[in-house]
Amino acid sequence: MTRQMTGAKMVVQALRDQGVDTVFGYPGGAVLPIYDEIFQQNDIRHILVRHEQGAVHAAEGYARSTGKPGVALVTSGPGATNAVTGLTDALLDSIPIVVLSGQVPTFMIGTDGFQEADTVGITRPCTKHNWLVKDTNALPGILHQAFHVAKTGRPGPVLIDIPKDVQFASGTYAAPPKGSTYRYNPQVKGDMEEITELVAALETAKRPVFYTGGGVINSGPAASQLLRELVEATGAPITSTLMGLGAYPASGKNWLGMLGMHGLYEANMAMHDCDLMINIGARFDDRITGRIDAFSPNSKKAHIDIDPSSINKVIPVDIPIVGDVAHVLEDILKVWKARGRKTNREALSKWWAKIEEWKKVDCLSYKRSEGTIKPQYAMERLEALTKDRDRYITTEVGQHQMWAAQYLGFEAPNRWMTSGGLGTMGYGFPASIGVQMAHPDALVINVAGEASWLMNMQEMGTAVQFRLPVKQFILNNERLGMVRQWQELLHGERYSHSWSEALPDFVKLAEAFGAKGILCKDPADLDDAIMEMINHDGPVIFDCLVEKHENCFPMIPSGEPHNKMLLGDASTKDAIKEGGAVLV
Amino acid sequence: MNALQIKKGSTKHSAYNLRPQFSDVQETHTLAVLVDNEAGVLARVIGLFSGRGYNIDSLTVAEVDHTGHLSRITVVTRGTPQVIEQIKAQLGRIIPVHEVHDLTTEGPSVERELALLKVSGDGDKRVEALRLADIFRANVVDSTLSSFVFEITGTPEKIDAFADLMRPLGLVEMARTGVAALARGIA
Repeated sequence: MTRQMTGAKMVVQALRDQGVDTVFGYPGGAVLPIYDEIFQQNDIRHILVRHEQGAVHAAEGYARSTGKPGVALVTSGPGATNAVTGLTDALLDSIPIVVLSGQVPTFMIGTDGFQEADTVGITRPCTKHNWLVKDTNALPGILHQAFHVAKTGRPGPVLIDIPKDVQFASGTYAAPPKGSTYRYNPQVKGDMEEITELVAALETAKRPVFYTGGGVINSGPAASQLLRELVEATGAPITSTLMGLGAYPASGKNWLGMLGMHGLYEANMAMHDCDLMINIGARFDDRITGRIDAFSPNSKKAHIDIDPSSINKVIPVDIPIVGDVAHVLEDILKVWKARGRKTNREALSKWWAKIEEWKKVDCLSYKRSEGTIKPQYAMERLEALTKDRDRYITTEVGQHQMWAAQYLGFEAPNRWMTSGGLGTMGYGFPASIGVQMAHPDALVINVAGEASWLMNMQEMGTAVQFRLPVKQFILNNERLGMVRQWQELLHGERYSHSWSEALPDFVKLAEAFGAKGILCKDPADLDDAIMEMINHDGPVIFDCLVEKHENCFPMIPSGEPHNKMLLGDASTKDAIKEGGAVLV
Repeated sequence: MNALQIKKGSTKHSAYNLRPQFSDVQETHTLAVLVDNEAGVLARVIGLFSGRGYNIDSLTVAEVDHTGHLSRITVVTRGTPQVIEQIKAQLGRIIPVHEVHDLTTEGPSVERELALLKVSGDGDKRVEALRLADIFRANVVDSTLSSFVFEITGTPEKIDAFADLMRPLGLVEMARTGVAALARGIA
């Protein structure tokens, strides 16, 4: 069905036709026609953020917690440049979002007009694809294609730059095409020859390990289900990257916990000593591999990834499988069953015995304190008091993020939203707003550090205005904890600019925004305070004063392999050598 | 091997890939990239090379299919086998990219470049320049009493050789198109 309408109306109609119910945005001169259309309808809710970066992170939180593309709407110039961090974040974590930006009218492009920026030029390297729309008649096709590109293949952010005259002009609108008519359609089925090779390796493996990542979650709930089935069936241990937490349940019996720089000892040791590594939807990120030339030296490696460029990018693999995780896992299970459901049971039980020994190291143990709240303790209590609820967790970036990943357990996918690839401080708060919009009745908690949280604290206004009961659980050590930790380990305890004086009184800050603030500094009060936070029907800033100089362990020092983990303060002296010091 | 397979990254069926994938040897490859002829597509390709630190030795681009709005980018690049495979896979990710062909590995191919060289001089040098141009089958496309503009077509090496000979004879300016290349044979 086609009909005539203005470009601005097309935008709203296309969003409707794409099933969008929520848009995060901030108006400005170059998007006024679109805002005028938004004003005149009720199908799509618009959430007014306080900064465009917040809009994009909120869209990311919405997308990550629903599996649907998140949508943000920003104006030209500064509106678009403020969106750049969120776009880059979504690119590195493969989050499907569609950002619509206004642009000066086509006849003014190139004249350095007011609030003009070369938005497609600026965002070209930080989007999966972007478009500058120069003709209203091209707009509907581009809008629909943008959603297709954002969610197809390896998901990612896209941006559509719409000049103001294109929004005002009329053209012919067409609904999204039925079925896939787009040329861009990456293969989802894996190569059967490779899949059979992987199954054969799995049948005889003595020390297999599944190493899973965010790709499992991007592939959809079916992928997590199939992963669980495969893990149970083969009896192999499984670990996951930060991005993949929840695909396999933390309570599952084969779960080793997260791997990587601050991963669990047993997970990293299993990665180092395995003889078959099955990478499912992860990308051998440097936080995972540690020293490349000593990475899992004796294993055969399989890699399932929908993006061919991930294969052999960092680590050479023996069995590359290009395809969608769910499709490939389904075929693996089929082939494995057809070949008689074989595993090397005897070797597996020896492998598990070894893993049990590593588990006994109890790498997450920490020195408890009566007087101050240990951040690990705060996480343990938060986990205990919230795990049985309909809970979603977002985080900022730093020590608290790692503690949250270590001490909180995720039973289902799409429940854990964190900035993994880009490491964006300021991500968690707006992301929690996006999650809460998508899941109005759920308990949404942003585990934060005070420094990260301040980066997008203006979004308190958004939370209060839209009555979003997001809980800001701030582990306040009055330090940039991870920076401070590295300065301690690497720079002779010279704490250059890694603490902030003049922190706000977070309780008063909450009250100034019309929200609730809770201060807690005594471990004895923590449970009650957390319950007070949960039970409050509205946004809460929870200022949890924690031990100021706690370091995050275990840790693989940069430049070292998996089996050279640091377990606690005693082992940290001179742990990072010269070669490792240049790494981040 | 067809282009589709390359775009999807399954390069292992090519005999050329029996070479060690993670060797340190620098190789020069000629890639043909078929793209939608739309605004910004060249910037996407070039941005990929600069953003990820790949080399470009030569680059040519022009629309080759006016009805289908397809352009062909021919890029000569250098890198270890692993980097070359990455470049191809990364090019394949760009949405307006239809096909990526590695002409260096896919079989025999022909490569040609066109150059214009301005040589100024008189007397014996002028005669010698004309004589050498004849040997190299270069054409004179402009002439004054004290200068020639030669047009020469050939492999980059042939053009290098011609330019080296022209230099002592009064080469003052040169323009090169970069390499255009096609696979030999029918398909």
